[in-house]
Amino acid sequence: MPGQVQSIARAAAMLRLLANSSGRLGIGEIARSLDLPKGTAHGIVRTLQDVGFVEQDKTSGKYQLGAALLHLGTSYLDINELRSRSINWADPLAVRSGQAVRIGTLLEGKVLVVHHVFRPDDTLQTLDVGTLLPPHATALGKVLLAYDGAAASAVMQGGPEPYTRRTLVTARALAKALAEIRDNGWGAEVEEMTPGEAGIAAPIRGYGGLVVGAIGLSGPVDQVCTAQGSPRPALVAHVRDAARAVSRDLGGARW
Amino acid sequence: MSESYVVSIDQGTTSTRCIVFDRRGNLVAVAQREHRQHFPRPGWVEHDGLEIWRNVSKVVPRALSQAGIGADEVAAIGIANQRETTLVWDRRTGVPVAPAIIWQDTRTDTLVETLASAPGAEDVQRRCGLPMATYFSGPKLRWLLNATPGLYERAERGEVLFGTMETWLIWNLTGGPDGGLHITDVTNASRTMLMDLHSLRWHPDSLAFFGIPAAMLPEIRSSSEVYGTATAVLPGVRIAAALGDQQAALFGQTCFAPGDAKCTYGTGSFLLLNTGTKAVHSTHGLLTTVGYQIAGQPAVYALEGSVAITGSLVQWFRDQLGLISSAPEIETLARTVADNGGCYIVPAFSGLFAPHWRAEARGVIVGLTSYINKGHLARAVLEATGWQTREVVDAMNADSGLALTALRVDGGMTANNLLMQFVADVLDVPVVRPMVAETVSLGAAYAAGLAVGFWPDLEGLRRNWHRAAQWVPQMDDRHRAEEHENWQRAVEHTFGWIKSDVRTD
Repeated sequence: MPGQVQSIARAAAMLRLLANSSGRLGIGEIARSLDLPKGTAHGIVRTLQDVGFVEQDKTSGKYQLGAALLHLGTSYLDINELRSRSINWADPLAVRSGQAVRIGTLLEGKVLVVHHVFRPDDTLQTLDVGTLLPPHATALGKVLLAYDGAAASAVMQGGPEPYTRRTLVTARALAKALAEIRDNGWGAEVEEMTPGEAGIAAPIRGYGGLVVGAIGLSGPVDQVCTAQGSPRPALVAHVRDAARAVSRDLGGARW
Repeated sequence: MSESYVVSIDQGTTSTRCIVFDRRGNLVAVAQREHRQHFPRPGWVEHDGLEIWRNVSKVVPRALSQAGIGADEVAAIGIANQRETTLVWDRRTGVPVAPAIIWQDTRTDTLVETLASAPGAEDVQRRCGLPMATYFSGPKLRWLLNATPGLYERAERGEVLFGTMETWLIWNLTGGPDGGLHITDVTNASRTMLMDLHSLRWHPDSLAFFGIPAAMLPEIRSSSEVYGTATAVLPGVRIAAALGDQQAALFGQTCFAPGDAKCTYGTGSFLLLNTGTKAVHSTHGLLTTVGYQIAGQPAVYALEGSVAITGSLVQWFRDQLGLISSAPEIETLARTVADNGGCYIVPAFSGLFAPHWRAEARGVIVGLTSYINKGHLARAVLEATGWQTREVVDAMNADSGLALTALRVDGGMTANNLLMQFVADVLDVPVVRPMVAETVSLGAAYAAGLAVGFWPDLEGLRRNWHRAAQWVPQMDDRHRAEEHENWQRAVEHTFGWIKSDVRTD
């Protein structure tokens, strides 16, 4: 059994200390209360500040609990913030791949489209930001489910709807697909929602590596896949590059 | 090695960026470096010309190494720049005689008042298409000549040179004191108040009006031609374009036909409408400016209308009211309610500009009831940007006789879907976002690539342009008319707030 991680225990103590104090605390007070060297205390408090659990008052320089702690149960990254931060990476993905690009997050068991870039061929297309997609039948959705166990089991228990004969509808098939996505770091969908259509997606990670969304492309199966029916490696690379670039911007990439 | 890339340098107000583009107009690499903003006195804003030049020498090699290419693979350099910012330097040493005076700097306000009532002022304004205002380079240069002992005489003897940022960079790129080219382009020259819009030359009467020696002025060239070859930073590469940043965005959005218009949504917003080879003089408070000129062809003109407070209203909402913690969250907050609840915000923070021109106006929030919550306020903030766009478009339609059929947009606020939908709704035309958001840099690259034959013609550039998103009007006519009337009534409430001649600075 692995041992206790000291810095996490100290961080927890620090949060309790801040929660129990009536006002804000300076770094000296925190260090004295926990009997830590000031430098150590500072390192921990700065990390907690980066993840939003602690906030620093601009004028006094003192610390208090952060607003993010109050919203721990809900998505911590605003969807409009996610769009703003990814817009410069979604456009080049559409240009390089020649396909439409979407960014999605999970909302009440569905995939919410938070950003959509048209396929760059200037045909008539309609912006579908705000629409909901089935998570088990889309590349975006499967990638999101792969990193959200609770949402995945809810989908499996809810009896996934078959859209085509290739839609994954059994818990076993879906679980296997999600495991593969976790192993590969990306996922695909081939004619699982609409005959003739395919998609590729990869996870967007926020601070600490938490998956906050997925970015993917979709288009005609003969353009997205090889003659053998598997996603084209070049397109997979483009999608993963874009996902990594957004993650890096969000502070969630280790590459 | 074949020449497969074009490099653009965007010398902006807060930073200098270098972007490498490939033949399809795709962004290959970006490098950026901010420079210091100096505020020596209230209303004064300065940059260090040498710092900006040093930054250019840093970001260009960095962008090239990021792209993994050498100078021999670069077909041309194009420059886009912050407009109107004024610099004077010593021709022999290359050292600026004073810090650059930035477009936002209002130190010339009393000088401008005096000039506006001086004989000949109306002729100067008609000739250049601009009102007498602190923004433009002519008054700034006059101020420098007044404030620096002996500078006028040195200027007359040709010992010191004047330039806006593109002039300064081209001079340094082509050798500086050692034979540097002293040139500007028509778009930048059109922001000085010294150029005749029709002849595209410095006008002797305008120079006499401002008291500026011709010997210190750069030669005016087109926006897209090979000016010369760089000897520094990218030795051997041709410098083939220069445009003011908003004109570069017009070019990057491929607004090549009369009636094409673009709006760049940033801190403030700039709407430019291509009026073709005809310079349209505004009777609705818009500026007449040169859009671009390709070598050997007639200049293409534009009408320009700017909205002072757009993105900065969202920043105010975030920083001064603290109702959101990041700018994009305003959309989240606005979507918590279905409409504005009858609330309107008119951000006349320092008066109203085009098309009202009411310096005494101040901002208002009207229609407050106990029903109004922060969601309604967030809506009102976004709608203010929509209605202000509408006011400028209405003025442009009236001046040009060209009815806008679609608006091309770029800038950070285009990530806000609620706002873009609202702009489409109140303009009643489609709003279109192109695939490459960096339209300023792209415009400079296009103009440079065109000059060296990297791209064959404007049609070829148009084919590079792709729609990334489009918002189609959805508001019914009656609702639009009602809301427009409410907005206009809200605007009237801002009038006459500042009594007598209380100065705003």
